[in-house]
Amino acid sequence: MKLIVAIIRPDKLSEVLEALYRADVRGLTVSKVLGHGGETDRVETYRGTTVKVELQEKVRLEIGVSDHFVDVTVKAILGSARTGEVGDGKVFVLDVEQVHRIRTGERDEAAVTPPLVGQT
Amino acid sequence: MPSPLPLLLLVQDAAPAIVPADTAWMLVATGLVLLMTPALAFFYGGLVRAKNSLNTMMMSFAALGAVGITWAVIAYSLAFAEGTAWLGGTAHALLAGVGTEAKGTIPHVLFMAYQGTFAIITAALISGAVVERMRFGPYLAFIVLWTLVVYAPVAHWVWGGGWLMTKGVLDFAGGTVVHINAGISAVVAALVLGSRKDYGRQAIVPHNVPFVLLGAGLLWFGWFGFNGGSALAASELAALAFTNTFLAPMATLVAWMLLDYLRTGHATAVGGATGVVVGLVAITPAAGFVSPAGALALGALAALPSYFGILWRSRTRLDDSLDVFAGHGLGGLTGALLTGVFARKAWNAAGSDGLLAGNPGQLGLQALGASASLVYAGLMTFVLLRLLALLVPLRATARTEGKGMDVTQHGEEAYADGEGSILVMSDGASVAAITPAMTPEPAAR
Repeated sequence: MKLIVAIIRPDKLSEVLEALYRADVRGLTVSKVLGHGGETDRVETYRGTTVKVELQEKVRLEIGVSDHFVDVTVKAILGSARTGEVGDGKVFVLDVEQVHRIRTGERDEAAVTPPLVGQT
Repeated sequence: MPSPLPLLLLVQDAAPAIVPADTAWMLVATGLVLLMTPALAFFYGGLVRAKNSLNTMMMSFAALGAVGITWAVIAYSLAFAEGTAWLGGTAHALLAGVGTEAKGTIPHVLFMAYQGTFAIITAALISGAVVERMRFGPYLAFIVLWTLVVYAPVAHWVWGGGWLMTKGVLDFAGGTVVHINAGISAVVAALVLGSRKDYGRQAIVPHNVPFVLLGAGLLWFGWFGFNGGSALAASELAALAFTNTFLAPMATLVAWMLLDYLRTGHATAVGGATGVVVGLVAITPAAGFVSPAGALALGALAALPSYFGILWRSRTRLDDSLDVFAGHGLGGLTGALLTGVFARKAWNAAGSDGLLAGNPGQLGLQALGASASLVYAGLMTFVLLRLLALLVPLRATARTEGKGMDVTQHGEEAYADGEGSILVMSDGASVAAITPAMTPEPAAR
């Protein structure tokens, strides 16, 4: 199994989710994060205070997948999160030692395979 | 020694009389209507996404400046100076001849200011159809031109002695001039601009519903000046208009909540706020012509076209984002037509009888007034935007839309917390880190 961690632009989230759904990738975790990916700093002014916004809002996706799903997932993210400008984000693929599904106690491959529809 | 008082009274009698009570009420009413534009900013601002909330609010707020100045410079004259049946003259350009002399029973300057608050909010209303995608500069240019080319002439037609006024079309406080005008212009603007890139693809939901309720509440408060002040006097008529403005939205609110409840099983807050605004819009042309009971009936009926108009619109490709047409256009039309149904001379001798009082002709006149505004404002808005588009791009790029209009148009965020931001010092070169995470750890000792 692998853990895919993707950092993307917040306004690309809907497109990425749609692409993942089309690629049959279900179960994932999404969090709002702050980050910096080398893009030009944005300057904001509030009365006399001028600030450079170094940390941009990003969205982090965490997706646990079985090995044969890695390429599909990565491809879906790359295809949907890109704008071509600096700051589009990264996709990391990490090895995972163990996965346990809390509800059933299933582990590893079985724990990252979505239950069949209607089986719930 | 004889008192100088009788002599003073004599002098006052000679000039057209300013009535202090009328002046006092109109001073307050002007402030009330001005407050409606910031109120609209909250109403609209709450309905959009967080990343566009400042831009949306600024579209209303900026009208206070841009349209207000336009009004003083020339638009007031075009609307209210002596002119033809189609347009006022330039006698009051740059407020020439607008002094403290009486206009009716209030000082002329006050009349000008009061009418100016109407011009401002009418232009701001249109913004609801183009939020989250129209660039700020072209928007400002558009509302200035629109005030000159659409608002001023139509205000002249209905209130400034123009042809609709002469024909006897009833529009107490601006159902046609303000709401039908803004409503049709909004729908045309939405068509010219095109829909937001995310429209119909993702769920776009209001980012701050309490703002929407706050805005609707403040709009109602300000509307007492809008309708009550349209009597232009502290009179029985003002009291009637005030009371009708009090009652009609209550009926619309109840009707809207019922419709919401029957359709979805919930009375929604955004729906309630919308219902209040629709009720206010609908009673606007009728406020000084119908009975309080008529206002209740009118308010309840007004919920129907707007409620189902919004439902229909949101299923189409027409991205009138904040439903300005369904709210103000349909609400204004319903109000204008129902004025021709419920109007009674018994309540306002200066008005007319409507259909229920045995004068079906009034309904036809109301339809004429509404159609004139629909056709003229719709056409001119289209022409203005197309001409403007030849000079500058009207809408933001898809990337800009993605980033949001607040940071791209204004360089600000509505809900910034300063985390990850670096203070730029006044000399421009030195910066001080204010975020611990960005400060290098002190070397271990």
